[in-house]
Amino acid sequence: MSDLKAFAAQTRAWLEDNCPPEMREPVKTDKDACWGGRHWTFQSQAQKIWLERMAAKGWTVPTWPKEYGGAGLSRAQEVVLLKEMKRINARIPLSSFGIWMLGPALLKFGNAAQKAEHLPKIARGEIRWCQGYSEPNAGSDLASLATKAEDKGDHYLVNGQKVWTSYADQADWIFCLVRTDNSGRKHDGISFVLFDMESEGVEARPIKLISGRSPFCETFFDDVKVPKENLVGEAGKGWSIAKYLLTHEREMIGASGHDTARPMHEVAAAFIGLENGQLSDPMLRAKIAEAEIDEWAFNLTMRRKLAEAKAGASLGADSSMLKYYGTELNKRRYELMMDASGHEGLEWESERSEDGKLARTWLRTKANSIEGGTSEIQLNIISKHILQLPGT
Amino acid sequence: MALVLNEDEIMLRDSASGFFKDKAPVKALRALRDTADATGFDRGLWSEMADMGFAGIVIDEDHGGVDMGFMAAGLVAEQMGRNLSASPFFSTAILAATALRENGTDEQKSNWLPKIAGGDAIIALAIDEGAKHNPAAISTRAEKSGNGFKLSGAKAMVVDGHVADALIVAARTSGDKGDEDGISLFIVDPKSKGVSTERTIMVDSRNAARIDLDDVEVSGDALLGELDGGMNGLRKVLSAGRAVLAAELLGAGGQAFEDTVTYIKERKQFGSIIGEFQALQHRASHLYSELELARSAVIGALSALDDGDEKADIYCAMAKAKLGAVAKLASQEGVQMHGGVGMTDEYDIGLFMKRIRVLQELLGDANFHMNSFAKSNQF
Repeated sequence: MSDLKAFAAQTRAWLEDNCPPEMREPVKTDKDACWGGRHWTFQSQAQKIWLERMAAKGWTVPTWPKEYGGAGLSRAQEVVLLKEMKRINARIPLSSFGIWMLGPALLKFGNAAQKAEHLPKIARGEIRWCQGYSEPNAGSDLASLATKAEDKGDHYLVNGQKVWTSYADQADWIFCLVRTDNSGRKHDGISFVLFDMESEGVEARPIKLISGRSPFCETFFDDVKVPKENLVGEAGKGWSIAKYLLTHEREMIGASGHDTARPMHEVAAAFIGLENGQLSDPMLRAKIAEAEIDEWAFNLTMRRKLAEAKAGASLGADSSMLKYYGTELNKRRYELMMDASGHEGLEWESERSEDGKLARTWLRTKANSIEGGTSEIQLNIISKHILQLPGT
Repeated sequence: MALVLNEDEIMLRDSASGFFKDKAPVKALRALRDTADATGFDRGLWSEMADMGFAGIVIDEDHGGVDMGFMAAGLVAEQMGRNLSASPFFSTAILAATALRENGTDEQKSNWLPKIAGGDAIIALAIDEGAKHNPAAISTRAEKSGNGFKLSGAKAMVVDGHVADALIVAARTSGDKGDEDGISLFIVDPKSKGVSTERTIMVDSRNAARIDLDDVEVSGDALLGELDGGMNGLRKVLSAGRAVLAAELLGAGGQAFEDTVTYIKERKQFGSIIGEFQALQHRASHLYSELELARSAVIGALSALDDGDEKADIYCAMAKAKLGAVAKLASQEGVQMHGGVGMTDEYDIGLFMKRIRVLQELLGDANFHMNSFAKSNQF
C-alpha cells in the first residue's frame, strides 16, 4: 500500500509541475480533444506540450510495456494516475482508437515487428487509426462482411466497402476486417489487416448525420495493395481478434462520459430553476433523481468490474453488460437534459446555444446503443455467455 | 472504498450461505407459516445465529459482540434474503444494536448489548405510525411526568414487536408532527401498563406489530440519547437499517432471478425451451445488468458506513432506492416468466415476491429515498 501512496505523491507532484493550466480547463468543443496523427493541427502550444510530456512519461498508455511507449504501470497505479489527473481536471492528453482499440489487440495478437512498428507511434500520437468493421450488409451481423482480400503472393488485393468508419477522412491508417476465404463457415474466412489510408485505391466519404456532424465515413477500397506482413495473426482467424477488440470498444463506449459529466440536476436547475429548493418540475425532478442514482450505481459497477478483473485481463461478456447499460443510461441523460432545456435546447445554430451543442450531443447519443454492437446484440451476448440460455 | 470482497468477507459470506441454506431454507419459512407458529421465527435458529456471531455482528467486543461492521452484516443479510430466513436479525442485531451503541449510556449499553449479542433479548424499534415510512411524522407524545415520562400514541409496522423484550419508541417531546426536532427515543418495557400489542402477520408471513401506548409511564433513565434529539440519534440507525435491507433485497432479488433463469432453461413450449426466446432472453439479460448495478450500490453503501464516509447516509438512501426498484422488477419478471406455476403457492417465486414487497417498503420505498436523495443534493 505504501508503494501506491508514494506513487500517488510523485504523480501528484509531476502533474502539478507539468500539466499546463490551459489543459486543466473543461473541454468545450470537439477540437479540445487531441487526436494526433500526421495531419493534426494542435489547438494550442499547451495541447502540444501536454501530449509530448505525457508521451515521454509513457502516460498516454500507462499500462503498456515501456518498450512500446507505455510506463508499465499496474492497474492499481493506473487508477491512481487517473484519480490524480481528475483531481486537477487534467484533460486526457490523447484521444485515440489506436490506444483504446487496436493497441490492446496488437499487444495480444501482433508479432514482434508489428508491435515495434505501430505501438510506439500510437503512444506518441503520431499515427491516427480508424476501424474498418461494418459494411452496408454487415452491421449487427458483422461476420457476414464481404470486403474481399485476394492472395497475390507478397500482398493482398483488397476490394469492397466499409461504412460507419469513424473519422476515416482524418485517419492515417486503418485496421480492417477482410474476407480471405469464402468456402467455409462465415466466421472462419475473416482476416485482420492493417494498411495506410494513403494507399492507392482508398477513398473516404463523410456521412452527414442527424446531428449535422460527420464523424463517420463510407470508405471504399478499389484494388488496394496490402503487404502480407500487415496481416495480424493468422489468415482466416481474424474473427477472434475482432471480438477481443470489440470487448475493449464496448468498455470504452459504456464508460464514456458518466464519471465526469456535470450532475443532471445542476443542468436542469440552470434551465427551469428551483421552487422552494426543489426543481420546479416535480415529475422531471423524480426522473432525474432516479437517473442520477443509476449513474452512481453504474460508475461503481465499472470500478468494481475493473477491480475484479485481474490486471490486464478482459472483462469478458460483462463488457457487454457495461456497454448496454452505459449507453442506454447516456441516452436517458440526454433525453432528460432535452426535457429540462425546453425551447432553449432546440436552438440549432445560435451562438447562445454554442451551435446547438446540447441538441447535437443528444442526437449523437442515439448512436451509442447502435455502434460497437447494438443493445440488442449485447443482450444476446449476456444471454448466451453469462446466463447460458440456449440458442434458437 | 473497497468494491471487491476481501478474504475474510468471502469466508463469512460462504459460511453464512451454508448456514442459512442448511438451517433456515425457504421450506423452514413455509413450516413456520403452515403451523401458524406463535413466534414467527425459530428461537433455536436465533440462538445458533448468536453462536455464529451474527447477533453481535455490529456490537463491540466489550459488550460481547464480534464488531465486524456493516459490510459483514450485509453479507449475512444477503444470505438471509436468498433463503427467506426468518429471524430477528434486522430488528435486534441491526436496528436496536445500532440505536443502543450510538445513543446509549454506559448503563444502557451494558444492560442490553450483551443480551442482544448472546441472542437473549429481542428488541424492536417503534418509529412509524402512518401507512408509509416517515420518521418526522411522529405524533406519539411523551409528556414529562414526575422524574420520568408518560407516552401515548400508536405505532405501526414494529418489526418483531409482538415478541420483543424491549421496545425502542420514538416519541415527540416537543414540536409538532412533521418537525425534525423534538423527537426523543425511549426504552420501553412492553409489559408495562398501557402497552397493547397486536401481532400483524404480514404478506410475507413474517412478523410485525401494531402497538398502542396509553399513558405508559417510564422512568427518566428510559430516555435513549438526547432529549429532543431523537432524529439525530436515529440517523445512523436508519442508514444502517436501509443498507442492510438493501443487502437482503439483493439476496432475495438475486435468488428470485436465479430461480427464474433455471426455470426458463427447463420449461418447454412450442417444442422449444422457452429460454431460447429472445422475448425472455432480453428481459433476463436486462435484469442481470440491473442486479449488477444493485450489487455495486449495496457494497457502496455498506462500505461507506464502515468507512465513516460523510456521504454515507445519502449512499444508504440511494442503495435502498435502487434495490427497492430492482428487486421488485426481479420478482415481477420472475412470476411472469414462470407463467401459471408462478401463481401457485408450491413454487417459491411467489414467496420471494411477497418478501420483496415488504423489504422494499420498510424504512422507505424507492420514491421516499429518491426524494431524500434529491433534497440532500439541493434539488
